[in-house]
Amino acid sequence: MSDVAVTINGQEIVANKGELVIDAAERHGVYIPRFCYHPRMKPVGMCRMCLVEIDTGRGPALQPSCMIECTPEMKVDTQSPVTKKAQDGVLEFLLINHPLDCPVCDKGGECPLQDQTLTYGPGESRFVEEKRHHEKPIPISDLVLLDRERCILCDRCTRFASEVAGDPLISFLHRGNETEVNTFPDDPFASYFSGNTVQICPVGALTALPYRFKARPWDLEATESTCQGCSVGCRIAIQESRNEVLRYLGVDADPVNWGWLCDKGRFGFEAVGAGNRLRDPLVRRGDQFSVVRWSDALHATATAITAALGSTGPSGIAVIGGARLTNEDAYAWSKLAKGLIGTDNVDCQLGDGLPASAVLGLPKATIDELCAPGATVILLGPDIKEELPVLFLRLKHAVQNDGVKVIEVSSMPTGFTKYASVSIRHRAAEANEAVRALLDGIPAGKDGGGADARVLDAARALVTSGAPLTVLLGRTSLSEQPDAVVDAAAALVDRVPGVKFLSGLRRANVHGALDMGLAPGLLPGRTTLAAAGGWFGRVWPQVPTQTGLDTTGILQAAAAGHVDVLILLGADPLADFPDRTLAEQGLAGARTVIALDTFLNESAQQADVVLAAAGFGECEGTTTNIEGRVSVLNQKVTPPGSARTDWIIAAELARILGSDLQLESVDDIRDEIEELSAAHRGLTVDVLAKMAYGDGVVVPLPSEPAPGADGDGDADGVGSEASDEAGDEASDEAGEPETVGADLERPGPAPIELERTDALEAPPIDAYSYRLVTGRRLYDQGTLVSQAGHLAGLAPGTVLRINPYDFDRLGVAEGTTLPLRSPRGLVEIEVHTDREVPRGTAVMFFNQPGADAARLIDATARVTEVRLETGGPS
Amino acid sequence: MARLTTENVGVAKEIISRYPRPKSALIPLLHLSQEQDGYVTEEGMQHIAELVGVTPAEVLGTCSFYEMFKLEPVGRYVVNICNNVSCMLCGSDELIHHAEQRLGIKVGNTTPDGTFTLESVECIAACTEAPALQVNYRFFNKVSTDGFDGLIDDLAAGRLDDDVPAHGTLARVRQHIPDDRRAGSIPPEGQTEPAWMHLNEPPASADGGEPS
Repeated sequence: MSDVAVTINGQEIVANKGELVIDAAERHGVYIPRFCYHPRMKPVGMCRMCLVEIDTGRGPALQPSCMIECTPEMKVDTQSPVTKKAQDGVLEFLLINHPLDCPVCDKGGECPLQDQTLTYGPGESRFVEEKRHHEKPIPISDLVLLDRERCILCDRCTRFASEVAGDPLISFLHRGNETEVNTFPDDPFASYFSGNTVQICPVGALTALPYRFKARPWDLEATESTCQGCSVGCRIAIQESRNEVLRYLGVDADPVNWGWLCDKGRFGFEAVGAGNRLRDPLVRRGDQFSVVRWSDALHATATAITAALGSTGPSGIAVIGGARLTNEDAYAWSKLAKGLIGTDNVDCQLGDGLPASAVLGLPKATIDELCAPGATVILLGPDIKEELPVLFLRLKHAVQNDGVKVIEVSSMPTGFTKYASVSIRHRAAEANEAVRALLDGIPAGKDGGGADARVLDAARALVTSGAPLTVLLGRTSLSEQPDAVVDAAAALVDRVPGVKFLSGLRRANVHGALDMGLAPGLLPGRTTLAAAGGWFGRVWPQVPTQTGLDTTGILQAAAAGHVDVLILLGADPLADFPDRTLAEQGLAGARTVIALDTFLNESAQQADVVLAAAGFGECEGTTTNIEGRVSVLNQKVTPPGSARTDWIIAAELARILGSDLQLESVDDIRDEIEELSAAHRGLTVDVLAKMAYGDGVVVPLPSEPAPGADGDGDADGVGSEASDEAGDEASDEAGEPETVGADLERPGPAPIELERTDALEAPPIDAYSYRLVTGRRLYDQGTLVSQAGHLAGLAPGTVLRINPYDFDRLGVAEGTTLPLRSPRGLVEIEVHTDREVPRGTAVMFFNQPGADAARLIDATARVTEVRLETGGPS
Repeated sequence: MARLTTENVGVAKEIISRYPRPKSALIPLLHLSQEQDGYVTEEGMQHIAELVGVTPAEVLGTCSFYEMFKLEPVGRYVVNICNNVSCMLCGSDELIHHAEQRLGIKVGNTTPDGTFTLESVECIAACTEAPALQVNYRFFNKVSTDGFDGLIDDLAAGRLDDDVPAHGTLARVRQHIPDDRRAGSIPPEGQTEPAWMHLNEPPASADGGEPS
């Protein structure tokens, strides 16, 4: 990147070629006021607030600094009398119609219009006429309200909606003298990203229902953390007043979220302080729970565990869950379960993810690598708009601006379909057939999983174009086994040199839980029982020798009466395990159920002992995102009642069991992780302390400085309004390997590798059934959504979508409600057509009100097959 | 009265095919919707949004910029009387007052039978013919109060149907562009540069080899 010498206010600075004057000035400490300009969106020069005198050799002239790129010899004056007069005038115009109702406005105190009027404005207005009037405020969606009188028409929200979110549901209407932002009548701004418009609105025109009139900005205290709404790991500021979390704001983490959040993450804060949080431990007495003291609850738990160890042995104890926990909590529980109790029946996923070896044992990519200019991406996983929304924003931006080409491999249309270069539609449970046909052509005697040969050819051309290839790998459907996806990944890694994978698992800290060994056969540091048993045996009292059961296996064993103690570590199998029938049998069959949770969810209600856990924002720790990026979670409020942090519960249990985890603080745990986990080498307490504010680092840390590691063009000159410099510095330092030195080179156990299945035959086709494809929506009946007051109720429900060809054979009208039967159960569901659904496939959504997919799914079947019952002879 | 009729969908598809990008056909399609219903309906805008692949909000954003797209029902005849300088000097104030009396409505309203809408408008570029007015954007020049009454009588009786079709009608001969002369659906980046782009280029420099 070549440099350009520019003079700003008489001072020589060096700008990057193509850098905007407003950015170059800010990078060198000269703030130019602005309303419409936002570093993450294209400039429009609408508000005129950033007018400064620019001289490019033809004499100084007022020009909008957000539209002008730095050129050699350019002279910029941001303080000249002409500039000051322009700023004065622009503000006087902007305030003509602004109601100046700051005392009752939520934005007052953090309002750019207020602040910049004070700094640059005229002080008084000459306008004496009537200001314009609008009905105020009007709801433009379920979450966002619009006050058109306050609006200064900067185009930020409307640009965000069309440019960033891709949902142009708000627009300038009646342009001219009566310009206003609004929606089409009865067509609300129902974007998953609508909350961002509230954050970027430079006035109080857009306000969010969950925060409205809750606090004044000067009463809020903030800390930085990482959103736990999904696993993308967006950086947020938690803002609190009087020990109550009142809102989250997006923080601009350049490698991750660019300042954006989805509405589920942003408004999920309401679940933190929800009234029905678990405050104290409970023990079942008959049909009722009684509130007990912690020591009673922990002794009840320890007694059950000791009894199980005495009768069945370690295998009689099983642990499900862990994705809600911090890395440190997960390590403590991993050590307790595997190292102390000695069971390997531990799984942090609920039958809805991928085997650990497919997540940890493949070459890993970062989000920036996925979105690298000119790259090719294969989406082989869930609908990222529904499950990893901010990753959707990043990849959409890369497709539209950086020439990234996306190949979508899916059995159903997704939110990304319209941005994909190629969409391969294959029969459910045959993703591997489609991917192998993509790589090698359709073999004789097969049909490539039902994918169109021309589409496969187009995809092959992209894969073989020589552009770097990254695969987003996740669970495509909850109603089929993950083995087809794993087999497809094996084919890709074997056949495409240099291919990298980004995990598409969605649970908040599932990657941290896997890194800490909360999966069968796994140990902390992305290694296996076989490879690292001895390594951990030095410090842990014991290490299991036999690979244990995953969640499906645990529930089956429990249903058969082989599980004495089932510990639910922030897991709700009744709601989240795809197969409700098996989950019910498993919970009923386990002799003692212990639940550690923040809410008394459906599964916890079946428990014998419920331990109240501290949740997000209430405890210190770190989290790991889809890339393997470790970032710091800071505490902002105290847990409700006597609720405790999960690692403390583990440590206390160990003590009552007559042993000791040797872990007395979060820092102790961090030390031990750094010591034992090869993947976390160098992530010392000191390094983490510097990362408390900042983007975090991807583990394992590089032992050599990566060439051009700082060369990310997007990073330069793009400051965030919410980020602070201390945080950026800290993350930079933490990312430098010399802070940890050659220590990274010490020996460790071999890392986990992808476990391949033998030749996987496609399941036989049953012409009378549909293969069920089950996806997720952003809003469902999960804990976070249903406990966050303003998100509850946004779950849209589900219909069944099938190919029109199949539909015609049913002989019913569009939208008819029919019984849908699987070997597991029966639901009533509305049936609709969708050309994008392959023949023989039926698509529905999971955990939605109304028809419940979990009643149909058989977690033990390769793919769940369903039949529609039309009643009449057909 | 709502979405485009089957026949008009055919016309709409032909219009869309004239442009490299479907979105470019928005304004002609809004005219089509207005021609069908006399004004642009919400359902019409939703239908247009589906046809060109944008959101209804974007269609409304475009439509609402233009005064001549009506978002509310108007009369069969929209009478626009000019109120600018030339016309005002030649008596447009009296004409507007007379029109209000004659039609029994205030400016901006529609007669109860839905025949006439009266509007007072800025300059319609007929200053030499002041006072001027338009009915459905067809000019009537040097209109006296008596002349206005006669015009209204003629319109009401249908005697001017040939000259002044119902509101929204642009022209009664549909434009069809032969296949060999339409731009086709080549996106802008795929188009070759037009010849005139190179007309004013300086000749090849003297030391730079032979001019071609």
